[in-house]
Amino acid sequence: MTWETVIGLEIHSQLRTKSKIFSGASTAFGSKANTQACAVDLGFPGVLPVLNEEVVKMALRFGLSVDAAINKHSIFARKNYFYPDLPKGYQISQFEIPIVGQGSIEITLESGDNKTVGITRAHLEEDAGKSIHDLYDDYTAIDLNRAGTPLLEIVSEPDMSSAKEAVAYAKKIHALVQYIEICDGNMQEGSFRCDANVSVRKQGEELGTRSELKNINSFKFLEKAINIEVERQIDILEEGGSVVQETRLYDSIKNETRSMRSKEEANDYRYFPDPDLLPVVISDELLEEIKKELPELPTEKKIRFIDSLGLSSYDAEVLTSQKEMADYFENIIKQGADAKLSANWVMGDLSAALNKSQLEIVDSPISSGELFLLISRITDNTISGKIAKDVFKLMWDGKGTADEIIEKQGLKQMTDSSAIESIIDDVIENNPGQVQQFKDGNSKLLGFFIGQVMKASKGKANPKQVNEILNEKLS
Amino acid sequence: MHNLTVAKIIKGLKNKDFSSFELTQHYLDRIKNSDLNAFISITEDEALSQAKEADKKITKGDSSILTGMPYAHKDIFCTKGVKTSAGSKMLDSFISPYDATVTKKLNNENMVMLGKTNMDEFAMGSSNENSYFGPVQNPWDINKVPGGSSGGSAAAVAARLSPFATGTDTGGSIRQPASLCGITGLKPTYGRISRYGMIAYASSLDQAGPMTQTVEDAAIILNAMAGFDKHDSTSANKSVPDYTQCLENSINGLKIGLPKEYFSEGLDSGVEKIVMQSIKEYESMGAEIKEISLPNSVHAIPAYYIVAPCECSSNLSRFDGVRYGYRCKAPKDLNDLYLRSRSEGFGEEVKRRIMIGAYALSAGYYDAYYLKAQKVRQLISEDFKKAFNKVDVIMGPVSPTVAFDLGSVKDPVSMYLADIYTLSVNLAGLPGMSIPAGFSGNLPVGLQLIGNHWSEELLLNVAHQFQMRTDWHNNSPAEK
Amino acid sequence: MSLDNKKVKEIAHLARLNIEDSDIEQATAELNNILSLMDKLGEIDTGDAEPMAHPLKMSQRLREDKVLEDDLSEEFQAIAPKTGKGHFLVPTVIE
Repeated sequence: MTWETVIGLEIHSQLRTKSKIFSGASTAFGSKANTQACAVDLGFPGVLPVLNEEVVKMALRFGLSVDAAINKHSIFARKNYFYPDLPKGYQISQFEIPIVGQGSIEITLESGDNKTVGITRAHLEEDAGKSIHDLYDDYTAIDLNRAGTPLLEIVSEPDMSSAKEAVAYAKKIHALVQYIEICDGNMQEGSFRCDANVSVRKQGEELGTRSELKNINSFKFLEKAINIEVERQIDILEEGGSVVQETRLYDSIKNETRSMRSKEEANDYRYFPDPDLLPVVISDELLEEIKKELPELPTEKKIRFIDSLGLSSYDAEVLTSQKEMADYFENIIKQGADAKLSANWVMGDLSAALNKSQLEIVDSPISSGELFLLISRITDNTISGKIAKDVFKLMWDGKGTADEIIEKQGLKQMTDSSAIESIIDDVIENNPGQVQQFKDGNSKLLGFFIGQVMKASKGKANPKQVNEILNEKLS
Repeated sequence: MHNLTVAKIIKGLKNKDFSSFELTQHYLDRIKNSDLNAFISITEDEALSQAKEADKKITKGDSSILTGMPYAHKDIFCTKGVKTSAGSKMLDSFISPYDATVTKKLNNENMVMLGKTNMDEFAMGSSNENSYFGPVQNPWDINKVPGGSSGGSAAAVAARLSPFATGTDTGGSIRQPASLCGITGLKPTYGRISRYGMIAYASSLDQAGPMTQTVEDAAIILNAMAGFDKHDSTSANKSVPDYTQCLENSINGLKIGLPKEYFSEGLDSGVEKIVMQSIKEYESMGAEIKEISLPNSVHAIPAYYIVAPCECSSNLSRFDGVRYGYRCKAPKDLNDLYLRSRSEGFGEEVKRRIMIGAYALSAGYYDAYYLKAQKVRQLISEDFKKAFNKVDVIMGPVSPTVAFDLGSVKDPVSMYLADIYTLSVNLAGLPGMSIPAGFSGNLPVGLQLIGNHWSEELLLNVAHQFQMRTDWHNNSPAEK
Repeated sequence: MSLDNKKVKEIAHLARLNIEDSDIEQATAELNNILSLMDKLGEIDTGDAEPMAHPLKMSQRLREDKVLEDDLSEEFQAIAPKTGKGHFLVPTVIE
């Protein structure tokens, strides 16, 4: 019997505002404990929340970019529970009427096929502070700097059927929130956090009981956590047991999920409309304004790359999967480089080198301008593509610009026909046997001659010219 | 000197009949000699230095009309550097690190805070018996309650321990003690005065207001307290008129509505007599009296006692012994810290309301209680809307009885039932007043005036005209 | 709707209030007495009345996204029951 996996994701993306969602305290990351928690964030007696305008605009930007229904009248509610890093004893969130309603987003699967994933809703809420358990033996230390940081919680439909799909979706949302500049996407700092609702069922049966996986801070762990959880659930069911609906913590060191009973204990959150906040009303004018300001979205960009740059669908998908990569690529072609060739370089040598050094594209030691120059030297026949790869490596190691390296190492391509001819003449003279065979009809030997010529020229002979002259001389 | 109204003190300070320092010293002496327990904190040093500062400003001509005016501040308003207890053991040690907006506004006028007044814990109560700092005595009869929750403020003004006091009113907490202590109390329209820094009981009902000897004083103080505050999302961005400008308008032809539901079973005959006498007085001033009906006002008690506890159960969750306020001794774990800090820090009535609220919001009960109460609230509000199509002002009793004996009402339900005439006003967010209207036995009786949203000018005008024709507001209890 | 002792204990835990076993009978009776007053709500025909959460028909005002708060952590922590290394301290929370 085959098992089907059903996954839905809840993504908390921290909004890139200067101040908190309900107070004028700074949201900057990494400050000394509690120095960015003002009276409102600390929940002092008598303090009141006032909503940050930017937070609303950012939520709308997201809503519009996933074609979602916007609730022009949304409500903030209180989610009541006690926890030391939750200063007021309630979290201000949106419950019944979130600002962003039903929408959808298209993801590209490994097979190259597209799939639409439904977005149930996206709502605004405040983040809690941090509990630090390893600072003292007998105490848990509370840092409330993060308390009140604005979050947009993006809830998907249970539309994903494998860990890989879930990752593809999460990456798509990750790219999108950075495209529309509402979130810095930094997973290490917790700016983008994924919780996964995972269940399994036998084909065609009703939805199974789900567990909610928390504490996942990378795409790699998202995939691992889901896979290990699916395995766990299938094992239970195959042994005749049943899955308990609960929150489970992913332990990336042991690669296992474990029950978080402490948070389960009393989850009657007693939501009710926050009487300190009034209904958020979105005017048509504001919505229009946000629409106008919306940058080109990944899907739009992808279509443009295909239609006006002539890239393949695959290339366009890869290049637009990350805003920084798309920007890098566009910087190169803006300066006049060939689109296809540039795409190959960005997706090929550059990406490989970045991966190897575990660097993000924004931290690339070779800037888009520098890579443009290298690519230009290929198109203007100064060097061959093959030599360019060596030049790239030297550039990566900080040995200079493309031109400096070409100059210093004497890598300039040989385009003088007479010089190439003289090399070819030598090769023909030194290999009479092969010449005879070629003339007898073994056309495969052309490659041998080209290789000999390139070797003799230390790779600098223009391959196109070599080809032409060889064909001429051997015929 | 202590019988002076705010209006007269303004004149006296201006004419240099006395200094703010002399005035402040005089009131401080009276407060210290009083046994009413009207104050939780007396801020003598701060008051005297504020008064000196005010006198300097007055001399320099760098003053407003209220500069140097002494006042008593309900201990629910945060005051930077001064204990702000809300009448609770939970905040007995709480020195507020910030000022409430109302506090700031009064400070900006260089007024002089004499101290913080006693109150029912977290403003929950109608008798002031729920204070951790002990009950307040009614200055008219020390065996009676002063009303609540602003009982300390009402007693202080009635006993002339302060020219005026601040109060807050969630279900009658300004009007009822004003009535029981024979002073003037105004609860403005919800949103008129900032709630920032006013320790929340029920956020959608709480509203601050002045408690004074006269309506004229209430108008002067409302001018100082009212106004938009960007720190309070529920504060109305509406300009503040000069409330003293309309007091003298004629009320000839004014339409007064008497809700028949306010004159039914349960209303003490002595109170009813005084209220009806007052209505007659208005009739003689040319007002037209109409019987009206507020059919849903009878549902105000269950609606209020769901909405307010729901909001308070959540509002009071922040008192957890973690960041400020009371923490139990030697908590053995987190749960113990929560349970004991809260159980030891809160009084019985507060705990009761938290329990009711937590229950009414819990899974499976939300619709039957909270949501239903919100719908009833709508009906109550619509009743008023209809009534104000017919009449300009609604009048009736504030409380079904005069001040009752301290310790006599033990059952919470009986205590709640006595709030019947005041709760609807808060549910609908309307302005309401209590003005001294006479005595039943030796105890004062207040007349309640209810206006439409933002009709404070009319309400003050109507109330002031009554005080131009009567002398009840000039009565003060005998000194011992 | 009538509460039993068990339910009262549950609610008390939700609200993080402690009710001693010796007090539970009285607490339950008192709450039931109060709730009998509230249960009158059930008898009211509210028709299609909109639930009213706020007394005024206003909408949420928005604040400009500006950092306006200074670091007052020392003042705030001075009045906290227990602090250390710039943190608020509570008994160890077992995750």
